[in-house]
Amino acid sequence: MTAQLSSGTAACPGCIAAPAEPARPIPEDVQIALSLPGIHCSACIANVERALNALPGVEDARVNLTLKRAMIKAAPEMRAADLIPVLERAGYEAHELDAGALSATSADKAGRDLLMRLAVAGFASMNVMLLSVSVWSGATDATRDMFHWISAAIALPAIAFSAQPFFANAWSALRVRRLNMDVPIVLAILLALVTSLWETALSGEHAYFDAALTLTFFLLAGRYLDYRTRAAARSAAEELTALEVPRALRLVDGTEEEVAVSTLAVGDLILVRPGGRMPVDGQIVSGQSELDRSLLTGETLPVFAEAGQIVSAGEVNLTGPLTIRATAVGEDTSLHRMADLVAIAESGRSRYTSLADKAAKLYAPGVHILSALSFVGWYIYSGDLRTALNIAAAVLIITCPCALGLAVPAVTTAASGRLFRKGMLIKHATALERLAEVDTVVFDKTGTLTSGAPEVINLGDHSTADLEIALALAEASAHPLSVALAKAAREAGIKPATLRDVTEVPGYGTEAQYRNQRVRLGRAAWVGAEQGVETSAWLSVGTNAPVAFRFTDALRPGAAEAVSGFAKAGKQVILISGDSTGAVKALAEKLGIENWIAEALPQDKAQRIQELSEKGHKVLMVGDGLNDTAALAAAHVSISPASALDAARVASDIVLLGTDLSPIADACDTAVKATKRIRENFRIATVYNVIAVPLAVIGLATPLIAALAMSTSSITVSLNALRLR
Amino acid sequence: MEVLAYLIPISLFLGGIGLVAFVYTVRSNQYEDPEGDARRILSDEWDDKPKQ
Repeated sequence: MTAQLSSGTAACPGCIAAPAEPARPIPEDVQIALSLPGIHCSACIANVERALNALPGVEDARVNLTLKRAMIKAAPEMRAADLIPVLERAGYEAHELDAGALSATSADKAGRDLLMRLAVAGFASMNVMLLSVSVWSGATDATRDMFHWISAAIALPAIAFSAQPFFANAWSALRVRRLNMDVPIVLAILLALVTSLWETALSGEHAYFDAALTLTFFLLAGRYLDYRTRAAARSAAEELTALEVPRALRLVDGTEEEVAVSTLAVGDLILVRPGGRMPVDGQIVSGQSELDRSLLTGETLPVFAEAGQIVSAGEVNLTGPLTIRATAVGEDTSLHRMADLVAIAESGRSRYTSLADKAAKLYAPGVHILSALSFVGWYIYSGDLRTALNIAAAVLIITCPCALGLAVPAVTTAASGRLFRKGMLIKHATALERLAEVDTVVFDKTGTLTSGAPEVINLGDHSTADLEIALALAEASAHPLSVALAKAAREAGIKPATLRDVTEVPGYGTEAQYRNQRVRLGRAAWVGAEQGVETSAWLSVGTNAPVAFRFTDALRPGAAEAVSGFAKAGKQVILISGDSTGAVKALAEKLGIENWIAEALPQDKAQRIQELSEKGHKVLMVGDGLNDTAALAAAHVSISPASALDAARVASDIVLLGTDLSPIADACDTAVKATKRIRENFRIATVYNVIAVPLAVIGLATPLIAALAMSTSSITVSLNALRLR
Repeated sequence: MEVLAYLIPISLFLGGIGLVAFVYTVRSNQYEDPEGDARRILSDEWDDKPKQ
C-alpha cells in the first residue's frame, strides 16, 4: 500500500484552483475505502471502477473482490459521501470504511509473518522429502548418512524459524502450568529432531527430519487459515465506521467551537445541528425540532422537541438546530448506562468451550501418557535407551495432531468463505458452532426487520394538485417523512407546483404561499387535524380540510424469507421491539410471527433472552439498536446488520454486510453443516490414530509410515472441509 | 554416484529459487485479491501499459 502512495503530487483540477499557500505542504491525495457487499463478478469490478474513475477528482479506484472493498485514491477535497451516491446510482450498495484504521491492518504483519513461516516450512519439507524418498528407496551406508546430514542441515534452521509460533504458545501455556495443543506439538517436533540427530550421528536407519517438517507445514497451514478467516472478519467489522465523528459544537459566549465529546462538561451549552446526534444527556435551552429516537428505543415516530425538554445522548436531531445544556456527560449518560447493561449481560453469558478446545483437553494428556508409557515399557523390556526413545518419538510424531489442527480451521475457512460470499462476516471464532445450536430466534423490529426508513402508503388517495403542492413542500425539508414523500411523488411522475415564500418551521413542518393561499405540510396539530395512531404527515391547502399522507416503515428486503426460513426449520421466532403495540402487531401479523412483545425496555429485552436461556433454549438475537446491545450480548449468538450502531456491531458475533436479511436463515443451515464436518474430521483423525498408534507402540512404525499416515489424514480432512463450499 | 555431487546442490538451489520467488510474490502484494484477479482476466477493459 505504501509503495503506491509515493506519487504525492496531486494533479487534479481542485488543487490547481486552490490558492497557493507556501506555508502549507502540497495537499496529498486521500485514500478512501468503501465496503461493497453486493459485488460478485467481473462485470461488477468493471462497473464500479468505471463509475468511480469517471468522477473528476478520483485519481485511481481499485476493487478488491476478495475483501469486497474498493480503495480509492482521490483529491483531498473528495469525501466518501460524494462517492457512495454515484455507486448507488450504478446499482451497488456502499458503506464507508475508516481508511486510517484499514492502512494499519493492510500491512498485516502477523499474517505475512505466518505466510513466510509456512513457505519456509513448505519448501524445506519438499527438499527434505526428496532426500528421504531416496533413503526409503534403498540408499544405504555413507549415502544414507550423507542424505540424513543434509536433511538435518535444512531441517534445523527451517524449524527454528518456522515453528516459532508453536514454541511461543507452548511456552506461555507451560509457564502458567497448563497444557494446550501446542505442548505435544512442540514436544513431538523437538523429540523428533533430537532422536533423528542422535540416530544420524550413530549411522542409524530411521531419521524423522521430513516428518518434523511436514508436521510444521501442515500445522502452520491450519494456523494460517484460521488467522486469515478471523483477520478478514475483524478488520472489516471493526472498520465499518459510523459516519459521525465523536465531536460536538460547544457554544462559548455565543461563538461555536468544535471540541471532542470527551472534553464536554456538565453545564456546557452545545449546539446540535439538524442531522446531528446528541453527544450528551441534556435539556433543550432553545430551538424547536423533532427527534429520532429509534436507535435508543425502537420508536419509529419522530418526537417533537422544544425548549425545556430532556434529551438523551444518541438521539438524532431531525429538522431545526437545537441548543442544549449538558446535564450528564461521559459515563453518566444514558448511552453509557446502556453499555453497562451490556457488560452485565456478557458476564452472565456462559463461557462456551469450542469443539477444538474440548478435543485438545482430551488429546494432550492422552498423547503424553501414551508416549511416556511406551518409553518406560520399552526401556524395561529391552534395557536400551536409544530404542525406547526412538519409539517414544515415533508415537508422538504419529499421534501429532496434524489432522486435528486442520480439522477446525479448514472447515471454518470454507464455511465463512461461503457466508462471506452471501454477505455475512463471522467475527467470532466459535460463532459458527454456536449458531449451529440455535433453536430460538429473536428479532428486533426497527432497523432490523424494517429498514427504518418510512414509505408512503396512500399516495393514490390524493388529487394530482395536492400531490404537486405536497412534493414542492416536501422537497424543501430534510425530514425523513418529507424525503420519503418527495421520493415517492417523483417516482409517480408528479411535477412540483411553484410556491412562494417556502419556509421550514422546525419541529412542525413546511409552509408556503400557493396562489395566494397558505399551504402547509407537517404535524397534525399544526395544520389543524387530529393525530391518528399511524405515522402521517398532513397537508392543508388554504381553508380546505387537511389530508393525511400515511407512512409505514418499509420491510427490509429478505425479512419475510428469513422469518419463514426459520419457521420452516422448526425454530421458534420471537419479535421484541421497543415500538408501540400497534406498529409491532401489524408487522408481526404481516410476517406471521406469533410471539411478539411491544414497548419493551432494553432491560426487558435482555431479561427475556436470559429467561429463554435458563429454560435451555439457545437464542439467536438479531438486532441493530442501542436498546438491543444488552440483548445481543446476552444471547447465545447474535447478528447485527452493517447499518447498526457501533456498540451493537461490537456486541454481536456476526455482521450482515448487505441490506438483505435472507442469508440469515441460510447461515444457520451452513453452520449446522460446518459443525457436522468438524465432528467428521475429528472422527477421521481418530480412526487414523487408532490404526497407526498400535504400530508405533509395538515399534513397527518407520518414517515412511509416519509420512504417509500424516499426509493422507491431513488431506482427507481438508477435502472433507472443502465439501462445504 | 558422483553425479550426486552436482544433483544435490542443484536441487537445493532450485528449491531456493522457488522460496525466493514466493517471498517476492508475498512482498509485492500478489495475494491481496486472488478472487478479483481471477475474474479480471475476463474483463474487456484491458490497458496496454501499466498505469503510471
